[in-house]
Amino acid sequence: MLTEFSGLLTLAIFLPIAGAIVIALFLNGTVARGFALATTLVELLITSYIFLLYDKEKGGYQLVEKFEGWIPFDTFRVDYFLGIDGLSAPLVLLTGILGIVAVFASWNVSQRMKEHFMWLLVLQGAVIGVFCALDFFLFFLFWELELIPMFFLISIWGTGRKEYSAMKFVIFTILGSAFMLVGILALYFSTNTFDMTLLPEKIAAANLIMPASVLFFLTIIGFAIKLPVFPFHTWLPDAHTDAPTAASVMLAGILLKMGGYGMFRISAAMFPEQLVDYSWLLATLGVINILYGAAITIRQTDLKRLIAYSSVSHMGFVLLGIAAAKGGTAELGLNGAALQMFTHGTITGLLFLTVGFIYDRAHTRHIPDLGGLAGRMPFLAASLLVAGLASLGLPGTSGFVAEITIFLGSFPAWHWFAALAAIGVVLTAGYILWMIQRVMFGPRPAHHNNLTDASIPEMIPIAILVASIFVVGIYPAAISDVFNSGLNPIVDGLSGYVTGAK
Amino acid sequence: MNLQDIYLISPEIGIAIVAAFVIIIDLFVSNKKVLPVVALVTLLIPLFLTIQLHLDTDIGSKTGFSGTFQVDDFAIFFKYLILGSTAIVILSSTQYARRFGGHQGEYYALILFSAAGMMLLASSMELITLYIALELTALPSAALAAFIRQRKSAEAGIKFLVLSAVSSAVLLYGMVLVYGLTGSSHLNEIASSITNNGLGSSPALLFGIVLITAGFGFKISAVPFQMWAPDVYEGAPTPVTGFLSVASKAAGFAIILRVFYTSFGLDNANIDWANMMAVLSAISMSVGNLIAIRQNNIKRMLAYSTVAQAGYLMVGLAAITALPGGDDNAGPIGVLFYLAGYAMTNLAAFSVVIAVSNKTNNDSINSFSGLARKSPLLAGAMALAMISLIGIPPTVGFMAKIYLFSAAMDTGLEWLAIVGVINSVISAYYYLRVVKVMFLSSPKENEKDSETSYGVGAVSAAVIAMAGTFLFGIYPEPILRIAHTAIDSLIG
Repeated sequence: MLTEFSGLLTLAIFLPIAGAIVIALFLNGTVARGFALATTLVELLITSYIFLLYDKEKGGYQLVEKFEGWIPFDTFRVDYFLGIDGLSAPLVLLTGILGIVAVFASWNVSQRMKEHFMWLLVLQGAVIGVFCALDFFLFFLFWELELIPMFFLISIWGTGRKEYSAMKFVIFTILGSAFMLVGILALYFSTNTFDMTLLPEKIAAANLIMPASVLFFLTIIGFAIKLPVFPFHTWLPDAHTDAPTAASVMLAGILLKMGGYGMFRISAAMFPEQLVDYSWLLATLGVINILYGAAITIRQTDLKRLIAYSSVSHMGFVLLGIAAAKGGTAELGLNGAALQMFTHGTITGLLFLTVGFIYDRAHTRHIPDLGGLAGRMPFLAASLLVAGLASLGLPGTSGFVAEITIFLGSFPAWHWFAALAAIGVVLTAGYILWMIQRVMFGPRPAHHNNLTDASIPEMIPIAILVASIFVVGIYPAAISDVFNSGLNPIVDGLSGYVTGAK
Repeated sequence: MNLQDIYLISPEIGIAIVAAFVIIIDLFVSNKKVLPVVALVTLLIPLFLTIQLHLDTDIGSKTGFSGTFQVDDFAIFFKYLILGSTAIVILSSTQYARRFGGHQGEYYALILFSAAGMMLLASSMELITLYIALELTALPSAALAAFIRQRKSAEAGIKFLVLSAVSSAVLLYGMVLVYGLTGSSHLNEIASSITNNGLGSSPALLFGIVLITAGFGFKISAVPFQMWAPDVYEGAPTPVTGFLSVASKAAGFAIILRVFYTSFGLDNANIDWANMMAVLSAISMSVGNLIAIRQNNIKRMLAYSTVAQAGYLMVGLAAITALPGGDDNAGPIGVLFYLAGYAMTNLAAFSVVIAVSNKTNNDSINSFSGLARKSPLLAGAMALAMISLIGIPPTVGFMAKIYLFSAAMDTGLEWLAIVGVINSVISAYYYLRVVKVMFLSSPKENEKDSETSYGVGAVSAAVIAMAGTFLFGIYPEPILRIAHTAIDSLIG
């Protein structure tokens, strides 16, 4: 039974998938590429429209679409149920932006183009599905659906030990989702619903068939692997390093955010008490992520691996922001964490993109082999500089807003952890600036003297991402107000368990 | 025997006539290519008869032949499943069967006879009928396993025959014990005798039940009765392997559900059924998956994979008493759903193996190298089948696995669900290995083959099974609905 239907979210999910099917059946080579570009362009317009349509004053779930009884049995009932709130709307937009960026990023892919663009589109549709699903079963379906495209993208078009890295990515993710599935089913049999909008209330009232803290850990482990949280992060450097540029952009830009999104949507909204109880654990792991990630980053000599580890460090801030749930400043902490997810998506997307373009030209990512590239490729140098400065949190860029909000939110709750995390900022400045200096300045190896700057199809995605970094940096409210309207109910849910500052 | 009895058993009679008809046609035509066509077309007769029984609401649950034979929604479900699998197997063997030279008629006839036995099995309500049906299933299978004149195939046939005989003996001994104690061979009367005479805790009855379980365990290749599967699966002609792994397994689960729910109504016998099945299930999937990792022959790998899949299916046998508010039937419904999904998935996989073997005459996983270039269609079907066996959407394997694990959660077997999901992770490794070989390795000759060079029959079978795997992965409701009514008619 169709109860409500605007069709917009369904369109956003299935347009890329339909595009992939068209490519699979009819198109080849550069036509497939052009078609993928057209599809992601329309997709960008749709996701932007969805974002603008979302009424942040009103809050709650909007653009809801529901087809009741997709699997219609009293004892096992799944609805096709989509909707967005303030938390998912910006992430849907982010997926729309990075989708088209990924197509441009793979403009120079010459091997098996048809399949490449097909998998990119499937990936985009699946991730939008994760952000829009309001039925837990559907959420899980999309969560799993994303695996196969990524497996192919890394293992076919990757570099280095690509097959190993792709398999590692899949096994880690499936392991996380295996536990998550047990948690989801246990929740279902405790509350008799997969409806994610009702679950927070129902869980509080229900007689759970497993202890709530067990369910909390079963579900959060999937998100922790995806985010990734130390010690589950080891798949990430491999996958990022060996993935082709477009896949790295998608992976760092939006797949990691699925983990953070899950922590908000499930861990924080459905298990507020456990989140507060174990916020010490999240804070500890967050700080380990920040410092350990940053410390390892400094030592990297492979450009992509360097950015990959810096992602580990930056995702630690998300964790620290969520851990602020414990104190009275939960709202700030959560807002900062959400904003960090969005900004990291654009910043790291830009970093991977630029590095990918440099690699296309110099055929090496080994930092000691590079140098003085700014003279040959000023545009890419500027792009790397913007991304780098945003990554280290320069005021005026989006990175600054996110990190300062997280510090403001987490400091009252966790003085010492916040203070330790601040060291991470210093380390970030160190490795970013040092990396830029070694790659872009200094003496240039002679055989790099005839390298060229970015071409037009390469400049477009860079421009898109640079613009979004500055827009959010200068006017963060454009995104953060929307996040805030989505986080309000979660913060309200947490407020009953807040124990105050320590 | 009266007309009503004949009406009830008409699908089985129909399929036996089809088998005989194929043999007769074989005598008169020299072009053996028509045989599968004849078999497929005439298979419509038993199909229509089954549909007729299904639609005939007066039948409901009717017994015939003095209560030894029963037609109900449960039996109908399996008749559909067996007919469908048989049709796909025949379709996929059209090219492969040419290796059998002048014996193609017997090949198709044996498959059809074996299928007749399986259909009979699903309707058996009495131990002797059941035993005869089981032998009718097993003997043609043994002959089929030995159908290629090579050492491995002969070994497969002999192994299957001997181990099948041993398991039948064990089963018979168990039946004798049960009969001796209860005084009846009718499944219903066994149940009432157990309750009336308070036999629930009799050690002799328990022993009988254990022996019967062991006998059936052989049919479904569950640990510890799985030793025959790898050698037989590897040695037998590939379509036969597919047939054994799908139809034979479905029939095995049908009879397990039938006997244990009708006769040993699980609260009658004082036996910790749920935990016994749960432990066997956990061991089956773990053993199957761990050994499958090391296999280099695709048929051997799929053999161990079916052991693991039998383990997943047994989750549904273990999940029998739901928590308050839950659905007691979720476990058996899950078994039926999973069987149907598994049938499509595995037949898709085997059809591709047959197609590749038609072309390369090779069963090693490496012969799939670069298949994605040579035949995107076959590679796509195989990839979807592998993904479905792991349990990743959008496939019926994903839906069915979640349904089964949810039944386990619902009956308080959380640990079994956790073992199950961890096994899915392990299995991802070797299933994806096949995908990797097909999509990553570049083929030796760098050109696209026409699909027909792989055998039209096998390719069409793969496409049909792939379509089912995908469609029911998106919209599983129809299968779940008939599985519901089937289990309702079994348990009520």
